[in-house]
Amino acid sequence: MKVGLFVTCLVDLVRPGIGFATIRLLEAAGCEVVVPEGQTCCGQPGYNSGAREASIALARKVLREFRDCDYVVAPSGSCSGQVKVHYVEDLFRDAPDRAEFVALAAKWHELSDFLVNVLKVTTVPACIAGNVTYHDSCAGLRELGVKAQPRALLAMAGASLTEMPDCEKCCGFGGTFSVKLGEISTRMAANKCEGIHASGAGIVAGGDLGCLLNIEGRLRREGDHATRVAHFAELLAGEG
Amino acid sequence: MEVRSMFFKQSASMKLDDPVLQAAMKRAKGKFVDGRAKAVADVDAWEAIRAHAARLRDRTIANLDAYLVEFERNAVRRGAQVHWADSAEEACAILVKIAADNGVRTVTKSKSMVSEEVNLNERLEAAGVTVVETDLGEYILQLAKEPPSHIVAPAVHKSKEQVADLFVAAHGKPRLTDIPAMTAEARSELRRHFLGADMGISGANFVIAETGTTLTVTNEGNADLVTTIPRIHCVITGIEKVIPTLEDFATLIRLLPRSATGQSIANYLTLTTGVKAPGETDGPEQMHIVLVDAGRTRLVGSDMQEMLRCIRCGACMNHCPVYQNVGGHAYGWVYPGPMGSILTPAYVGLENAGDLPNASTFCGECAVVCPVQIPLPDLMRKLREQQFDRKLRPFGERFGIAAWSFAARRPALYSALTRIAARVASWLGGRDKLIHKLPGLDGWTQGRDVPAPSGKTFRELYRQAKGKR
Repeated sequence: MKVGLFVTCLVDLVRPGIGFATIRLLEAAGCEVVVPEGQTCCGQPGYNSGAREASIALARKVLREFRDCDYVVAPSGSCSGQVKVHYVEDLFRDAPDRAEFVALAAKWHELSDFLVNVLKVTTVPACIAGNVTYHDSCAGLRELGVKAQPRALLAMAGASLTEMPDCEKCCGFGGTFSVKLGEISTRMAANKCEGIHASGAGIVAGGDLGCLLNIEGRLRREGDHATRVAHFAELLAGEG
Repeated sequence: MEVRSMFFKQSASMKLDDPVLQAAMKRAKGKFVDGRAKAVADVDAWEAIRAHAARLRDRTIANLDAYLVEFERNAVRRGAQVHWADSAEEACAILVKIAADNGVRTVTKSKSMVSEEVNLNERLEAAGVTVVETDLGEYILQLAKEPPSHIVAPAVHKSKEQVADLFVAAHGKPRLTDIPAMTAEARSELRRHFLGADMGISGANFVIAETGTTLTVTNEGNADLVTTIPRIHCVITGIEKVIPTLEDFATLIRLLPRSATGQSIANYLTLTTGVKAPGETDGPEQMHIVLVDAGRTRLVGSDMQEMLRCIRCGACMNHCPVYQNVGGHAYGWVYPGPMGSILTPAYVGLENAGDLPNASTFCGECAVVCPVQIPLPDLMRKLREQQFDRKLRPFGERFGIAAWSFAARRPALYSALTRIAARVASWLGGRDKLIHKLPGLDGWTQGRDVPAPSGKTFRELYRQAKGKR
């Protein structure tokens, strides 16, 4: 089974370890992982900023790059939502090549969903000590139904999960929103950090690096250098 | 109402630092969000009803002209007069004229957001008519000389103490802070207005085509008194509020109170059909229904048409994390929250709406709770596209997006740029691997650090690792 890894632009630039952790998890589950070299971005930053034409061009590029893969997996609910929902239902809704995007969407999975619902893994490489609290990122949760999957995987690694209040509330990242309306975004991040502290967990995990950078950035600014902020893939692979 | 949406960012910033508002918003969130969740959980086929209601609203909007004419015919048959107002200006002029023609000196009003939209109170008062708001929240705001901050709970931003001070100043009675006692005081003050008014003005949650009925949903019963006691009853509402049948109302009323306040049904459903008939003892001698367009027909057939489904429950704002943190006044016009971020540009112009279409993380909560399935984030995105195309966003932002997409389509260039960026940012992160300040990213770094990149991109590292294998 040939699985294409969509690294995501943020992981590529900021935390490559998440990409390697994803490869490790997929290989441990028996996949042949390929990483198309020219990949850059799914186009979401432009799409959500109103640059529709640019995001259409990037979507076609993504389609070309992953044409030969049986599956495509991304360690992000947000990029996966862009491909699975917005390419199909909006950008290419009336396009002549819509069928190709429908096919791409069908073989495309968010990482935790792929591991749990496609590969049906029952074990993961790492063993996690300590309390983990999980932040549900918006796009994964509401566009793709990612909720139980990462929790199931963390449980397989032996983590004990302590839910934070309002775990489904947006952390305030929102891509360019975090810069354009920084003060509101910061308050939302601060609310999220309050929830994390209320959970008492030493590790906060999530499935989207944007949210994680936002949460970590706020925790550190508040002087919390102890709480670990990690992508679930890093925890499950025992890396990072 | 004056449009101050251009100042959203500045207003929001002040609201974030307003402790009274913050406390009020926290209380409201608990009440509305938890209340709705419980009420919705009690309904078995909630999602099916939502889908049905969305189709029902779409069908009505697609045949708006026919249903409006049917409504007019049936309302007129029952003795009402129907007036058509193209603009806010015209709506006010119609009502001012009705007041003048009938020697009206005092008006009681039940809640109407359309009247806020067209600035009705100001216009009536300029014509020498005394207007008294009778919805408790609206009454408080009339005393405070403030616009509503929420479409269902207009004074949600006020604390009990602020209201107590307003009552002392207006009523000249000892200061009360017990809510039931304060409510009783307002009730007794309002009673004489209810009984003495020459004219009552109500809004309408819906108007029903098959019967010519206008319909108001309240919890205080004030609409009953406004619509039945005075000799003249005027209704002001938007043309999109028409629904075909009473049975359709039965569907929508399952959704509206549950979504708005978490109630299975509101305390009062006030249906008014025509004038006092011969032999009847109650009801107005004249009934005037002012149907306001003021931008609505422009939405029919446009990208924003789905917005006309809106039944004004306020669930989108109650659940919006942006609204929850800044309150309604920051949005700068009549309608706040996600629905306001669409209606404001739609009705007063995109160029006057400033940041509103961008005042969302696209978290999607509004779309999930909307009882008529309006894809609010998608509509906001379409407005962002219009802003981008019309160059209404700052140059820096447009340049940034253009540069990003130029590079992202060219892998070699992108690879070179990200290699440099990863190294520079890693170096900026220093020993604690945190960037505290970054030019161009002030919005982020004012309240957050940037966790620094590790120094090499995934693609570099992957190539190296593959070489070793």
